[in-house]
This record gives sequence, structure tokens and C-alpha cells, in this order.
Amino acid sequence: MRHALALLIVSSLWAAAPPMPRFRWQNFTTADGLPDNKVFSVAVDGERVWAGTDNGLALYEKGKWKVFRPQDGLAHRAVLYVAVDKRTRDVWIATMGGLSRYSAGRFDTYTQLNSGLSNDVVYGVAVQDDEVWTATAAGASRLNTRTGQWTLYNERNTPMYEIWTYAVSPGKDKVYYAVWGGGVLEYDVKNDRWKDYNDPDGETEIVLFKDQGLIHEITTSVSYVEKDKIVWVATYFGASRYDGRNWRNFLDQDSGLPSNFLNQVKAVDGNRAWFSTDKGLAYFDGRNWSVYRPSLETGRPEMLIRDQAGSVTRIDVPSAPAHHYVYGVDFQGDDIWVATAKGLSHGIAVKAE
Amino acid sequence: MRRALTFAAVTAAVAAFAWLLAGAGAERYLSPIELALSPGGERLYVVCEGSDELAVVDVKSGKVLRRVPVGRTPKGLALSPDAKFVYVANSWSDTVTEIDAQTLAVTRTLHSGFEPTSVLVDREGKTLYAANRIGGNISVIDLASGGEPKRLAAGRGASYLVGSPDGRFIYGTHIYPNPGPHRTPPQSEITVIDTGRQAVTDRWRMHNVAGVFHAAISADGRLGIASQLRPKNLIPLAHVAHGFVIGNSLTLFGPDVGDSVQVLIDEVERYFSLPFGVAIAPDKRAAYVSTSGSDSVTVLDLDKLLSILRRSGARERARLANDLSASVKFVAARIAVGSNPKGIALSSDGARLFVANRLDDTVSVIDTGARKVARTILLGGPAGVTPERRGERLFHTARFSFQGQFGCASCHIEGTLDGLAWDLEPDGFGIDVVDNRLIEDVSNTGPFKWNGANPDLETECGPRTEKYFFRSQSYSPEQLADLVSFLKSIPRRPNRFRRADGEPTAAQERGKAIYERTRRKDGTPIPEASQCPVCHSGPDYTNRQLTDVGTGKPTDRSPLFDVPQLTNIFLSAPYLHDGSAQSLEEIWTVFNPTDRHGVSNDLTKDELNDLIEYLKTL
Repeated sequence: MRHALALLIVSSLWAAAPPMPRFRWQNFTTADGLPDNKVFSVAVDGERVWAGTDNGLALYEKGKWKVFRPQDGLAHRAVLYVAVDKRTRDVWIATMGGLSRYSAGRFDTYTQLNSGLSNDVVYGVAVQDDEVWTATAAGASRLNTRTGQWTLYNERNTPMYEIWTYAVSPGKDKVYYAVWGGGVLEYDVKNDRWKDYNDPDGETEIVLFKDQGLIHEITTSVSYVEKDKIVWVATYFGASRYDGRNWRNFLDQDSGLPSNFLNQVKAVDGNRAWFSTDKGLAYFDGRNWSVYRPSLETGRPEMLIRDQAGSVTRIDVPSAPAHHYVYGVDFQGDDIWVATAKGLSHGIAVKAE
Repeated sequence: MRRALTFAAVTAAVAAFAWLLAGAGAERYLSPIELALSPGGERLYVVCEGSDELAVVDVKSGKVLRRVPVGRTPKGLALSPDAKFVYVANSWSDTVTEIDAQTLAVTRTLHSGFEPTSVLVDREGKTLYAANRIGGNISVIDLASGGEPKRLAAGRGASYLVGSPDGRFIYGTHIYPNPGPHRTPPQSEITVIDTGRQAVTDRWRMHNVAGVFHAAISADGRLGIASQLRPKNLIPLAHVAHGFVIGNSLTLFGPDVGDSVQVLIDEVERYFSLPFGVAIAPDKRAAYVSTSGSDSVTVLDLDKLLSILRRSGARERARLANDLSASVKFVAARIAVGSNPKGIALSSDGARLFVANRLDDTVSVIDTGARKVARTILLGGPAGVTPERRGERLFHTARFSFQGQFGCASCHIEGTLDGLAWDLEPDGFGIDVVDNRLIEDVSNTGPFKWNGANPDLETECGPRTEKYFFRSQSYSPEQLADLVSFLKSIPRRPNRFRRADGEPTAAQERGKAIYERTRRKDGTPIPEASQCPVCHSGPDYTNRQLTDVGTGKPTDRSPLFDVPQLTNIFLSAPYLHDGSAQSLEEIWTVFNPTDRHGVSNDLTKDELNDLIEYLKTL
């Protein structure tokens, strides 16, 4: 945001800013029962909230935290991603030591030794119908939960020249992978074919032609909106949106992104998305941007709103997410849950006055 | 690779043809295994797994009204809530047959997971649940569309379902224990499904329990009873005299008992083997358990049993799990029925108990007031008894073992396995722990035992069984011949991983090439002894030799082991001679560090996956 163009910053002027989601933030740390303050992932399952932390998996239910660690059957203490199968309510947990399924109190763990999983370092996991897709340090794995068959995808059978897959977002027709250093991979379910999307400028951090293609090769997250056929991409050097024909890229100097360093993007739909950055949580409604964070300078809660014209309004707010370094989010109706480097935050939606 | 699975496909085709011929020619035994009464009690529906039929019996006359052909090896049935349809789980067809109860016409064939064993329709009549034994899961089938929108993870060997009286929950039991660390007590579970959410919401752990069969829930929903086996496989099989082999047991659960509790139905000097079917009287004063290895039904006085439990503290309740003296306090009667009693059903007033006698094709009707068999319904089937049928009865009975503790089928459950490793032989405690193996289609796979000591089935099942297992009376030569005839007749179940068109998948084709390769990836030759098809050769994928593949343990007397057949290998986890490999992958990722069990260490992970995909088709 420091690199923004001409900014108009006005304090406490709600009326001047476009209406953007507002929240009252409730923050959870180890003092509240979280096993660790470094929260890598959050997943909402109805009234239940799962948090993947650096030291275990946590479940928030009925106002209390319950913690699961390896002695309970979890594959590894470091939980990098959590995904809920909405049909069965089983929870799939990506860890530094394998993939676990939590199903009604039972953990089943899949590792590279006891199963067909490609690698024990599992960064991402997602469920689409009967298939569980994982992003691992040695390529992609797909488990068919009806047949038990594993299918691996890597440099030998896809255009994946870098096998460090970081995140996955499946739909019924397409599956997208963020490959750290390898751009985005698209899997066509019907034709069983892979296609890659790369930065046309190569791996350089200089953007020569902004909307020519993917913003950068070092991708960290993808979010596919099947109904709109839009894929959003987060990288360490900006964000991208692809509609199957055209790319649109977002950088901090010409958008409301507070930083180009993105850990996650999570789409609401083809036009709206949430961005988890190292300098706050950002939301884009298709025109305007808002940022939620403790101020980088003072640590005081703040909300920034950037309108379509580029004017930025800084609003003093009573609360903010636990930290400006944000790993990821998930939605609970109009509420949002935010995984940060220093705690888990619950953004309780506040109706505009 | 067109030829890749050619042999397997031909074998399967021949088997299917033989099966068709058998069905078309010789009349098959019916082997009734489950039954259910129509709401008014006028009709009895009987699942006949031997003849692939649903027998419909007029209860009053005892006459079989119709035998409706269904799919292969049907195992379970359920009625829709309005009783207009009967659903039959066809375990070898992976289907459910829908039958119009009025016309007895087959109206639909629904598809389920691998080996549906029981079915249940929810109270609204909209959803059918099928427990898939091989799949280890539960199919959720939408009866309007006939599709299966989701499949729920259950435990290993998911087999039997029972609903709560209010329809809110379904409880699933499993005939095999869940996978666990090597040489640790077996653990099973009751899988609890919330029918409103159509999701598994709880799993009740069952400690020291392996095979679990039927469960029943009392009419008030406050008491559940599940029949089960408590194997003592971690200690040597040297304590038959003390009852330390398998406990024939029940788990009681629900608000009436608080924390679940296990009780033995055995007595100090008399055992009641293989508890299977369970029914609870409408007034909850009695419960009935078929003991299929003892040809009887055990009647429990629930007033007494619940009173004992209410008076017992936690320590006393825990002790009941192994207390052979307890059952005399709550067992009201043992009622002799036909051979190999399996499924049971109570009339709505609780006055009559119907028992499917699987190995004599009859149904016993017990007058529960008099506690005796009032009449026997003959279902039909062949009049004579073949050697195979006599052998099958010998296989399932426990009467040959000391005090009737167990029979062949106690470990080879329904002719399969129990998922356990045992310390069997008289070789010293803790020596030569062995994994239980599948016994389908084994007639040409001798020698037997993991150390290959028994050259034929006669030796395997004769003196060895008498001396080391049963510690009791021996089979006569005629009986032994019958038993062996039956063992040789156990067919191989359909492989679930071959495509219907016989063509391999790409992964299977690649896996076959790996299986058959003669050179490492760097081009160097693989020694003949390390090539997969050399040892795993022939129609059963065994050369029937002893081989050292580097998997011997310090507790094994010899590192040489019988090369196991690979047919339907996907069924028989755990693996290796002592069951130390929990999955097929672990055979190579954990237990083959120096490439003695085939050359696998030059394979990438996806290549190993391909190999396994091929092995699953054998």
C-alpha cells in the first residue's frame, strides 16, 4: 500500500467510502485453547471450525477448543491445510508427515510408506465428490475413496516441470494446482489432460506486460469458481484472475492489495475474492478493495477501503484480525475465519449503519 | 497388454461359466443366511446365499410361495417402511435387488460398493444404506433416482446395519478389526450414522474385539446388543484348556448400561461358538443370540443381566469381558436348532423366533414362551447331502474343539480370514507368529502353512488341527475327506479391480510390465530369483516353494516361507508371513530394504502404485 499512487487518506469517514464488509473481530490464541498461535489453515464445517496449526489440529465447537496431536492419530503435528468433505463431514488434513482423515473420532493416516500418497509433505488437500486431491512436495496425488486407487501426477505425466505443488482447487470439470515455481496447472477431468499456465515473463520479478498471463511462477494458492469458470491465483508477487481467455493481474501498486506477497486467495465468486497477505487480509468486490489488519505502524486495528478510483480511506475500527501475516480464510455465512501467524480470528459480520 | 489380463480374464470367465453350469445343472443348496418377517407376520422372507434366491414363505402353512432369483451370493435383506418392497444385498454382484413384495417381481437392480452384506431403508423410505464388506464403507443410495450420491467411511469388513427405533441413527458393525499396529490388541468399532445428516457422527470403539456380527436395539432404544468375537491372538495358542483362544461374546451399549460393557456367553466348561444373529424381545426381558458354531440359540434373561450390570462397578464390569462364570447368572436357556444357525427374526409380539439354519436349508421356529423349537420349515433344496456339504458343516461347527470353543470358521470367518496374526504352533511362546491367509480356491496351492510343512490339505486339517488347535477329538477319515472336499470347493470371489470389459487400465498395464520385467531401470538384469513371476507363477501366482525374501524375524525359526498365492490379494491385509505389513505398499516401502523380495528400490512411487494396481487384479 505504501507504493500506492495518489492516496486520499481520511480517518473515520465511513460515509465517504464504498460499502464493504465490516467485522467485529474475536481473536483466539493459545490462551483460549489453541495448540499454537501459528495457524496455517482454517476450515468451517457448519458450526464447527477446524484450525490447522504448527502444533496440532484444533476443533472449535460449542465455544470450546479440542486439540488433536500425533498421539491421537494425527499424521504430524504441523498441520498445513484442512479440508472438509461437505457430503460426509469427514475432515482431510494435510500435514508435514502425511495425510490424515478424521472421521467421527477416528484418524486414518496415509503416508508415502503405507499408501500410494506421493510424498509425506502435504501442503494442500481438497475434496471433489469421491476424490481427494493433494498437493505435495513431490507432485499431485488423487485418491479415489470408493476404489482406494491412488493416481500420481508429476513431471513424468504432466507439464509439471517443478513438482513442488502447493495448493489445489478442484471442480467437477477442472482441477487447478498452484505449483510453487511452476505456475498453475489445469487438469481437464473429462479428457484426462493437463495444461500449464506460466508467467510469460519467465520467473523474473519484473512484470513486462501486466495482463498478458499469470503474474508469476511462484504460485501459492488457487481458487476455482466452477459456476463462473474463473480461477484466481495467489503468488508471492501479486495475484491473477483468469476467465479461460483473459488474464487480469493485481499488484499492490495498482490495486487494493496491501502486499504482493500472498499466501492464499479464496474466491467468493468470479468477481469477488479474499486475499491473505503478509500485510493484512484483503477483500476485492470486483471494484473496490478493503483491508483488515492491525496497523503495520502502530498495531492499532484499522480498515482500509480503496474505491474504484484509487482513493483510500483509513478507518479506525475497534478490532482487527490477530495479526497482519495472514495464511488463509474460510467463510461461515457472512462471517469469516482468518488464520494468522499469531492466532485465529473470527470476523463477526457487522451490518452497515 | 491385451494379453495382460487375458489369463485372469479367461480364468474368471471359466469360473463364471462353471458357476452358471452349476446353477443350471445340479440343484444347489439354499443356505439360508438371513430372514425377515412382513409387518403382519404372515410372510417370511429368507435370503438364500447358496442358491442366489429370496425364498418367500407363508408362515402359517410353512410353504415356500416363491423363490425369487436375485444376484450372486446374497447376504442380507431389508423391507421398505411400508413393506411394499424387499431389498436384497447381493454380495458378489455388488448390487441390491429391489423386489415388489406384492408381485414378487424384481423391479430394479441398484449398485452399491464392494460386497454389500446388509441393507437398511430409512424411516422415510427415501434412502437405502448398504454395508460394503470389502469396501469398508456404507453406500448411501437415493431410492428415487437409484443413484449413490455418497459413500461413508466405515471400518474394515463393514457388514451389518441396525437402525434405532426412532429412525435417527443407524449402527454399523464389522466382521474384521480395523487396521492397527502389528501385534496389538484388535480394535473394532460401531459406526454411528445420523440419518438426518446422512453422515457418520460417531465411532464407538470396541477394544479387544475382532469380528462383530449383528446388533439389535431394544424397542425403547435404550439398549443395544452386538455379537462378537474376542480373540486372544497375542498369546500362544497353548491355553485352550483355559478358554484363552476366542471369547464368544456380546457388547451391550446404550443408556440402559451407560458405558458399553462386554459379556461372555460362554460357560466355564462349555462354549457357544460364533455368536451371530441378535434379537431383543419387545418387552426387553429377553434377548436371543444364534451361535452358529454351536447349532443353538442362547436366550439371555435381560432383567438379570441388566441388574448385574447396574450393581457392578467399573472394575467388575471390565472383568465380565473374560469371566466364564458370569453367563450362568443371566443365560436363561440354550435351545438346539439346525445346522449353522445364522440370521434370526422375532415376531412382532415376541412369541416366535425364526432362525435360519444355513447348512440344512431349514428355518427353526422357536416358541419363546416354551423356549423350544415348535416347528421346522423346510425351504427345499437338494435332498441328499454331498461330501462338500458335510465338510462345510464340519468347517463351521465347534464341536470338535475342546469344550466346543471354536471351529475352523471362528478364524476363517465365512470362509475368509479374520485379519489377525496368531501365535499358533507348538514351537515355543512368541515363535513363528503367522498371519491368517485367505482360503478361497486353495486346492492347487499346497504345501500349506507359512513354513510349508503340510504337503496337502489332509495333513493341514487332520492331525495338525487335532493336536494343536482343537486339543480334542479327531476327525474320522471320512470326516477329514469331507472337510477337504469342502475346502477344495470354496470358490474364488469376483475380483473387484478388473474392468468389466476385461481390458486393463493404463495403470494396471504399466504395473504388469513392472511385475514381469527382467531388467532394472538402469538396464542391469534382475536375477531370476528376484523376478516377480518366478516365485509368484502359475494360475494362482505361487510356485509352491519355500523362499527367503528377507522378511524373517528373530522370532522365526526359519527365514524360508511358503510363497503365498496372490489371487484376490487385495482382500487379505495384513501381509507377509507374520502380518507385519499393514498394506501392500509396506511390503516394499518398509520390508524390502535390500531388494530381496523382488527388485523394488529402483521404482518411483508412481511405478510402485502401478504395480499395486496390477496386483489388485490378480
